[in-house]
Amino acid sequence: MTFSAADLFLVLPELLVVTAACIVFVLDPVLRASDKDGLVWLSLGTLAVCMGLTASQIQAPATIFSGLVVIDAYGAFWKLLLYFVTGLTILLSHSYLKEEQLYFGEYYGFVLLALSGMMVMVSSADLLTLYLGTELMSLSLYVMAGLKRSEPRSLEASAKYFVLGAFSSGILLYGISLLYGATGSTRLPEIAAAISGRNLDDPLLLFATILLTVGFGFKLAVVPFHMWTPDVYQGAPTSVTAFMAVASKAASFGAFLRVFIEGLGGLKANWSAMFLLLCLATLILGNVLALVQTNVKRMLAYSSIAHAGYALIGVVATGHMENSSGIASVLLYLTLYAFMTFGAFAIVAMLRKGGIEGVDIEDFTGLAKRHPVAALLMLIFMVSLAGIPPTAGFIGKLYVFMSAVEAGLPWLAAVALIFAVISAYYYLRLVMVMYMREPSDLSSTSPRMVMSPALSIVLACAVAGVVIFGIYPNPLVNFAMHAVSALK
Amino acid sequence: MTGFPWLTLLVVLPLAGAIAVFAVKERSVKVTALAVAIADLLISLPLWWLFDASSGEMQFMESARWIPSLSINYRLGLDGISLPLVLMTTVLMPLCILISWHSIEIRMRSFMAMLLIMESAMIGVFTALDFVLFYVFWEAMLIPMYLLIGIWGGPNRLYAAIKFLLYTLAGSVLLLVAILVLYFQGGHTFDIVQLSQGTYSNSLQFWLFLAFFAAFAVKVPMFPFHTWLPDAHVEAPTAGSVILASVLLKMGTYGFLRFSLPMLPDASQAFTPVMVALSIVAIIYGAYMALAQSDLKKLIAYSSVSHMGFVTLGLFMFNIQGIEGAVMQMVNHGITTGGLFLCVGMIYERTHSRQIADNTGLTKPMPRYATFLVIFSLSSLGLPGTNSFVGEFMVLAGAFLWSKIATAFALLGIILAAAYLLWMVQRVAFGVPDPHMLPKLRDVNLREMITVVPLVVLIFLIGLFPNPILTRMHPSVEKVIARAFPPSTEHGSAMRQADPFSPTVKRITSPTGPAFGQGAQVSPEGQPQ
Repeated sequence: MTFSAADLFLVLPELLVVTAACIVFVLDPVLRASDKDGLVWLSLGTLAVCMGLTASQIQAPATIFSGLVVIDAYGAFWKLLLYFVTGLTILLSHSYLKEEQLYFGEYYGFVLLALSGMMVMVSSADLLTLYLGTELMSLSLYVMAGLKRSEPRSLEASAKYFVLGAFSSGILLYGISLLYGATGSTRLPEIAAAISGRNLDDPLLLFATILLTVGFGFKLAVVPFHMWTPDVYQGAPTSVTAFMAVASKAASFGAFLRVFIEGLGGLKANWSAMFLLLCLATLILGNVLALVQTNVKRMLAYSSIAHAGYALIGVVATGHMENSSGIASVLLYLTLYAFMTFGAFAIVAMLRKGGIEGVDIEDFTGLAKRHPVAALLMLIFMVSLAGIPPTAGFIGKLYVFMSAVEAGLPWLAAVALIFAVISAYYYLRLVMVMYMREPSDLSSTSPRMVMSPALSIVLACAVAGVVIFGIYPNPLVNFAMHAVSALK
Repeated sequence: MTGFPWLTLLVVLPLAGAIAVFAVKERSVKVTALAVAIADLLISLPLWWLFDASSGEMQFMESARWIPSLSINYRLGLDGISLPLVLMTTVLMPLCILISWHSIEIRMRSFMAMLLIMESAMIGVFTALDFVLFYVFWEAMLIPMYLLIGIWGGPNRLYAAIKFLLYTLAGSVLLLVAILVLYFQGGHTFDIVQLSQGTYSNSLQFWLFLAFFAAFAVKVPMFPFHTWLPDAHVEAPTAGSVILASVLLKMGTYGFLRFSLPMLPDASQAFTPVMVALSIVAIIYGAYMALAQSDLKKLIAYSSVSHMGFVTLGLFMFNIQGIEGAVMQMVNHGITTGGLFLCVGMIYERTHSRQIADNTGLTKPMPRYATFLVIFSLSSLGLPGTNSFVGEFMVLAGAFLWSKIATAFALLGIILAAAYLLWMVQRVAFGVPDPHMLPKLRDVNLREMITVVPLVVLIFLIGLFPNPILTRMHPSVEKVIARAFPPSTEHGSAMRQADPFSPTVKRITSPTGPAFGQGAQVSPEGQPQ
């Protein structure tokens, strides 16, 4: 196995992110508390440089490190989304951690390490590279979930996430080893060549596919592998929850799609039936369980499960058709989902009730009177999550349903849309308490919003994405199509 | 046809106004909103004269690429069916703002913004020529309406608001699936005009009709999907009720006329008996329920169910009288019921009760108010000389050609309407006033006069001279009928010859057509060429 300096240049974004993470870890103990804002700037600066580098790689696909890593438009699409979300996470965390008195410099280091893992995931052309990326991401997230050391829920979240995450990684690895047994390789192109003409009658291949599905199912948080999600999302610090709900889901989808299209694409008629079941279960359970939640973070956790179900519609549709518009719709959906979900979590993170975080739906009571702008933004995010036009959520749904209808599955679109109506109930319940209930008389317990310039930037980016892509999604659509065309 | 972007201006101006009300000073919020609504009205008025009444094609067309990858375009246009509805909307909006002048006490800015956003969306629905664009406008008004009911509504507003939202949303999501299916079956386009010319297999039409029906029947609302309407009406603020009754309900029937009939002519005809049955049930059931109401708003809400039954009855007759009568009735119901809701709003502002029992004997203390109430009630029950007579007569004439028995049943609705409206008028206008209420019963002031007088004028104008509207919609309606009965068949032409009301197609030669006021000179038989 050889590699050249040119290969190193192509993974420069990954190297930069890891380096930045290391610098953060080293500098954190030596810096005075007042200087630690510098770490934020360092992280953001790194992201900006990486963004430029990755953007320049879109037009120049390359396979490097003897076929372990691939640099292409598909990977670049996810990486750009991940940089963006990571940047927002860092800005959100800056204020949030201060408010929660959790000011750890290493936090930013872990965010960057998780990012580097995600970047490896979406650009790996080999299952073992992918596994390494997954672990790097997961281990960083386990630590981040338990960051609120004084809070038992946070520790529980971390422990639960760790145990179930390790379990699912084991299953993933088992699937990889079976697939190696069935095909003799861990490289996606070689796997694709080995399975062409075969189907799932081969028991080894069948089990490998199932185990890979289960392993990815945990990472994507689709039903029935979603059990960890509500507890972890609720217990983890809100900025970490937002990062997990958006970035980790996006990276997992990115890796998952590459494996199942580039590697197991020959079996897509077989696996799409499996995903159809997962998709229906996810849509139904995610939306129905979200109905009964009283905690906003849990509600958003179930909502994020349900949204994975909508994205899976695009995956199911791909199994039924020749072109790749189904996959493009998944990319588009997850990008638009990122804006609205991150925005919603950012508002939750900002809402304080008394000294602590207000996370009950009731805590939003009368928010529209006290903070009309925050309430309006939350309204927009909720409407978008419910998929009502003219917001990004509608465009995302339009594209996945379009691919479902194109694949000859209009009934699936109809079922999904009926559950979208159910979802409107719980999203708009939040709108109802914000706008239509009076704040309680005791002003000491009424909610207040933390505001800072960084938070304003986060919210402005999120709402701009929701509104602009809701009205003019063209650039994003074209980029998603271009990215998908890079998948072999 | 390219030219001045009238329609875009009509849609965008209220939206801009909705943003502007947040920028102006607190005391000029209402004036700004009113100015925007009046400006929109003034922009829409010239369309009435610029409209080429001899053409059934879309006019004032605007087209721009929106999402090319799915061939979704921004396309707007007007034909003779949408023109009266757009004008009705722009006429009603300033009135809605005027009636809310003092009755809205909290969050005036947001309230006015919601009204203006609604106006944009409603005009968008009536002018959209792209199915996705239509759907965007159609859904975009849900949230403002939800907030209108939920924030500024009555005591039970939370329940009414979410019920409204879930009912209409549940109906419209199936519409979205139908739109997507049509896209792939109709040649990869969302163009409404193009889709209206395609032919689809019978089984596809069957399913699509059901999906369209779910969306439109909830909105109309047809029996048995009407249960959200009384709740929403009772809880909504006056302006909300007016918009709901006058414009939102029309979107459902407009949907039937714009999409179900021309795109799915075979299924529409196959479903005609069902639709007629549901319409007649709605007519009688709505009227019967109205008889039993003690709350004025609920009474009018149920009367709306009954009156909208006439509209759906007329639409599915597939003849000129029926459909033109239905469109007339859409406009008439908007004017008359809007007027009735304005009247209820005025009395509620004074007595803070909508109960008939609390508002009796208003003629003495409030003579002008009683006059308006009587005029709107008489119009609503279809007194000859008022607008509703024209519409209802045409619908019944159309129904008569289809089935005499159905017509007989529908007529029951008219009798019942006379019963519940006259009984209401008898108690409210001519009963014995409650002495406790007397000090509160100030007569209608100038602002309120300005609010209702335009509607009264329209009631008589349309009632006496319906031709300007009929002339404009005639070619468009003929086009719809031609889809169901291709012109070669005898059936269709027989229907057209048996038409006592509508003028012949070529009657108006000048592209601008007669002015609305000049319609007085047009005799019902039409001018010889």
